[in-house]
Amino acid sequence: MSGATDRLPRLLALVPYLLAHPGARLADVAAMFEVTERQLRSDLDLLWVCGLPGHGPGDLIDVELTEGTVTLSNADAIARPLRLSSDEALALVVALRTLADVPGLSERDALDRALVKIETAVGDAAGAADRIAVAVEPEAEVLAVARAAAAGRRRLHLQYYVPGRDETTERDVDPMRLLLVDGRWYLEGWCRSAEAVRLFRLDRVVGLSVLDLPAELPPQAQPRDVDSGLFQPSDTDEVVTLELEPAAAWVADYYPADSVEELPEDRLLVRLRTPDTRWLRRLALRLGGSGRVVAPAELAAAVRADAAAALAAYGEPRPG
Amino acid sequence: MSARKTERLLNLVICLLATRRYLTAGQIRDAVPGYPPDGPGGNDTAFRRMFERDKEELRELGIPLETGSHSVWDDEVGYRIARRHYALPEITLAPDEAAALGLAARLWQSAGLAHAASGALLKLRAAGIDTGGELGAGLEPRVEAAEPAFPALFEAVRSRRPVEFDYRRSGVGAAARRRVEPWGVVSWRGRWYAVGRDRDRQAARVFRLSRVVGPVRPAGPAGSVEVPAGVDLRAAVAAYDDVPAGRLAVLRVRAGAAAELRRGAVAERAGAGWDELTVAFAEPERLADRVVGFGADVVVVDPPDARAAALSRLRAVAAEPSPA
Repeated sequence: MSGATDRLPRLLALVPYLLAHPGARLADVAAMFEVTERQLRSDLDLLWVCGLPGHGPGDLIDVELTEGTVTLSNADAIARPLRLSSDEALALVVALRTLADVPGLSERDALDRALVKIETAVGDAAGAADRIAVAVEPEAEVLAVARAAAAGRRRLHLQYYVPGRDETTERDVDPMRLLLVDGRWYLEGWCRSAEAVRLFRLDRVVGLSVLDLPAELPPQAQPRDVDSGLFQPSDTDEVVTLELEPAAAWVADYYPADSVEELPEDRLLVRLRTPDTRWLRRLALRLGGSGRVVAPAELAAAVRADAAAALAAYGEPRPG
Repeated sequence: MSARKTERLLNLVICLLATRRYLTAGQIRDAVPGYPPDGPGGNDTAFRRMFERDKEELRELGIPLETGSHSVWDDEVGYRIARRHYALPEITLAPDEAAALGLAARLWQSAGLAHAASGALLKLRAAGIDTGGELGAGLEPRVEAAEPAFPALFEAVRSRRPVEFDYRRSGVGAAARRRVEPWGVVSWRGRWYAVGRDRDRQAARVFRLSRVVGPVRPAGPAGSVEVPAGVDLRAAVAAYDDVPAGRLAVLRVRAGAAAELRRGAVAERAGAGWDELTVAFAEPERLADRVVGFGADVVVVDPPDARAAALSRLRAVAAEPSPA
């Protein structure tokens, strides 16, 4: 909230807050309103020259600054915050409903109660909330166990399916947090076999148990910044180029690509990076000629060999 | 917005909240500093233009500006803000409820909704609600809405306004103009969809927002979309995404392989080195999507059309020329 157009809404919220908190510390107020202390001081300078018509000494808002604290008075007209706009009401109500619908969340009860109170307070402003829905995958059991282990700082043992390798792996994980990203749940934790932070999709957890061992998170176990996307390609990843016919164009939309280039006849040239190309071999088989690996050549050869081996399993003669 | 303008608008809000009477534009001009002065040499046009814009900005912030006049004799329109319409009602929240709000407000990652949620939190904090509680520790829920068409369709749903946009049915190829009465938007498996009535096809349709090409334009007045009672938006999107599986296929699966297929299998019979799996499917091509990636570990035995679909994909891949 630092843009110039946000200033009036901020001032209209700042006044009721300061009236209710006489002697508030500037640093705390600035943090609460997510502005710098300098911006807060400039806001107070502005409030100080505003007030009732007449704008005589008794009409203006009183601002008293002493030793890093602020006390405000004489602002009865705007002593209550402005009601929520319909966008604000919608954003809150839809978010509360989304989370309150998640089975296995220990916060459900508090979310439900908060939802009822907010819906009552905003009335019609959130009328469109019925028309906006966020579907969240239900993972009640795994979610509750992983959550409890994270809160109690216990180590988890996971049986985890890796579709790219068609393998169920066994590993010990020290849980860090649970992420809900785009409707799917992930456990972020320190994987003791990989000695790295890993994300585990809960719908691929085949089994999990809480071990009678404390979690030991090393200093390098830092939560990843998911703002820039869940999967961040690394410099050591292999660069793979795919050429897609229109029937396989969904691939460009579905997997995080470094670049997508349009070719004649609605074909696409997609470049992506991956630490493990096994899933791409599976994808290339599945695409069945509507998409193919262009580079690296070894990967393209591996895909053809996979197809030949599969044909042999079907009892087909090897292609000439 | 300049500091002078913010100051003028704040004074205007205070002035209109403090008055019980409707104030005419002229009275407001005298009472609120910052407008061009009245009287000889006063610039009436400049004042009118400024005042109109100010009213518009207050309304955009959700400030309920009332217009009216005091008596039937008085024909000049006046303005005021009723405190009971302006003020956030009293909300009393238990600490865990307040923290639940803080958790929920973190959900949105897309610019528009995230901004709205943080604006809401600001007002609630101003009302003395501490949303910073410990609830939701170790939990990071987030919903993205990166599709360029999202803000316009969200707004159309909110205001029940018909829209039109160009739409590609399968991600590529020519886009066709669609005219839609949107009933709702749904986030499903990480993608946003709009559900509504297609005006040309005169039937309910589901649209994937990532396939909308170019801008979403209004195609009728706000409030004119009638949402059918009892429509289940999630079910509509789920039905669009999942074709019901009504047929059965028999697969030969190498021992230990394809755990993913085994989980959804109708029946499983263990054999020597190979197991036999029965799985439900809708169409041969959809089954091929699921099984061909397993390569030599999964063989479609029956029915013949499903086997043929898988085989033709494998043949196409095996026959590809090596890249030069």
